[in-house]
Amino acid sequence: MSAVTQPLAPRPAGGPAQSARDSLVVAKRNLIRMTRIPEVVIFGLIQPIMFVVLFSYVFGGSMNIGGTTDPAVYREFLMAGIFAQTVTFATAGAGAGIADDMHKGLIDRFRSLPMSRGAVLTGRTLADLVQTALTLLVLAIVALLVGWRIHEGLPKALGAFGLLLLLGYAFTWIGALIGLSVRTPEAATSGGLVWLFPVTFISNAFVDSSQMTPWLRHIADWNPFSATVQACRELFGNPGVSDSPAWPMQHAVWASLIWSVLIVVVFRTLSVRKYRNATA
Amino acid sequence: MPGAIYAEGLVKTFGDVRALDGVDLDVPEGTVLGLLGPNGAGKTTAVRCLTTLLTPDSGKAVVAGIDVLKHPNEVRRSIGLSGQFAAVDEYLTGRENLQMVGQLYQMKAKEAKVRASELLERFNLADAADRTSKTYSGGMRRRLDLAAALVVSPPVMFMDEPTTGLDPRNRLQLWEVIQELVAGGTTLLLTTQYLEEADHLAHDICVIDHGRVIARGTSDQLKAQTGGERVELVVHEREHMTSAAEILAGFGKGETTVEQHTRKLTVPVTGGAKLLAEVIRELDTRGIEIDDIGLRRPTLDDVFISLTGHVAEEKEDENGSGAGAAKQSKRKKEADK
Repeated sequence: MSAVTQPLAPRPAGGPAQSARDSLVVAKRNLIRMTRIPEVVIFGLIQPIMFVVLFSYVFGGSMNIGGTTDPAVYREFLMAGIFAQTVTFATAGAGAGIADDMHKGLIDRFRSLPMSRGAVLTGRTLADLVQTALTLLVLAIVALLVGWRIHEGLPKALGAFGLLLLLGYAFTWIGALIGLSVRTPEAATSGGLVWLFPVTFISNAFVDSSQMTPWLRHIADWNPFSATVQACRELFGNPGVSDSPAWPMQHAVWASLIWSVLIVVVFRTLSVRKYRNATA
Repeated sequence: MPGAIYAEGLVKTFGDVRALDGVDLDVPEGTVLGLLGPNGAGKTTAVRCLTTLLTPDSGKAVVAGIDVLKHPNEVRRSIGLSGQFAAVDEYLTGRENLQMVGQLYQMKAKEAKVRASELLERFNLADAADRTSKTYSGGMRRRLDLAAALVVSPPVMFMDEPTTGLDPRNRLQLWEVIQELVAGGTTLLLTTQYLEEADHLAHDICVIDHGRVIARGTSDQLKAQTGGERVELVVHEREHMTSAAEILAGFGKGETTVEQHTRKLTVPVTGGAKLLAEVIRELDTRGIEIDDIGLRRPTLDDVFISLTGHVAEEKEDENGSGAGAAKQSKRKKEADK
């Protein structure tokens, strides 16, 4: 929790209000950029839709969820996993964007301005959050089309989307740290994606984790990513909720919240520290 | 009283490399210091230390009267930085870029808007103001970058190789802008690889190499130290070389160098174009045919060739009796001026 307790550098004007304002200025800049490069947003949408179609129809008939291999059941089961995977893929975008800013000398410019030290990164992650929300919306519509339904009412479903957005936000801070640590935007893109595959696949996202070998299942149960997927299945009322005795699986909503907040705190602290000493 | 930019004994190491090895600078208010040096000399590191982007390992830096190490954020309010790359967002329009920078300098949104329009007008970018800067030419992008550095009219400006990569026309334009700025009272530290640029813009010049100041003074002083101008000529017939050398010796202020295989003769002179005309007349009278003749002014290369000699000597001192000797010889050199 050092980000919270760490004394702020002396700054005559400002404090949290300046921090918030600076972050919004930077967020606005990144959102304008997104409208100028719509292909990035569009590819960001196509990818999860492709995953929905591929998983639903390629794996659909061969997956055993809760004792049935009915493809319709698998499609409903799958959606929470795809939602969660989609929000985490924003990591790569955040990382590549920040690496690009470093590369082009923009980070130097920002660092020479009398602005809040965390604002460049916060602004970027906030803009990514907006993009993630948009992607989730489109994805939810596609999901409804392939047969996914909300069974527990809208408030719980909104809660699930809230958890997904928080997870996505948390992961963009990991992306921020990657973006500040690599030398080129290309490296940030691949560096932002490679580790996401094991994280999203060694989980309950696409398969019933109770069918995994025990050691793998333990990893899957404690995977921060699994907690959010499990929480979403509960809140949406979708099939395939794990009955594993592991604490995060039993208290998925809390586990999801705690994991996400923890990731934000840790990676924000590390990223802002890195930003202060960033050299292109 | 220290100047608007003041540094004392700045040291910055990256691993084994001493990028800055005890740099002292003092730029009086309203003047321009040209920081000259080859790639990797430490120019950019010095600028980064003075603009709060890097924390030096030791030394003292004061900019606009504020201690850079103690109050970096206050320093940031008083400086403008235009770096080696045009640091503008290429997907934002010129106007959006300037407004954003203004707001991040803590101007109100409205103020930033007004200021952006003013700057776009002043930097000849009004027509392109609402196009994304991706569509700008290199020169326009540099101007936008410079405008961004001037949003708050900072009293102290840093420009790191502002004209590198620009074509001659754009370079001249940028020089004009810089001269206007300085006429308005801004203190400027400018790094460059071009002696000509420093010559044109700077009141004082500091030459650095291997993280150390190896010479300082006005451009005239440096040139005098380098040997001033020279007449260089190539004779057509090899047998004329001796008589050409005799003629040059009559006009020269130093030893004539003769390169047999290229038939080239060089002699240091004072007297410029007028003297050159006399040399040509004399050669003509004696019937010596020449392939090429010209007046050569010292370039940065020449300054370096003459100055790095000193560095080599210093290094020997250092090896002989430790770092103290090097420091001493540096002090001695400064005292010589």
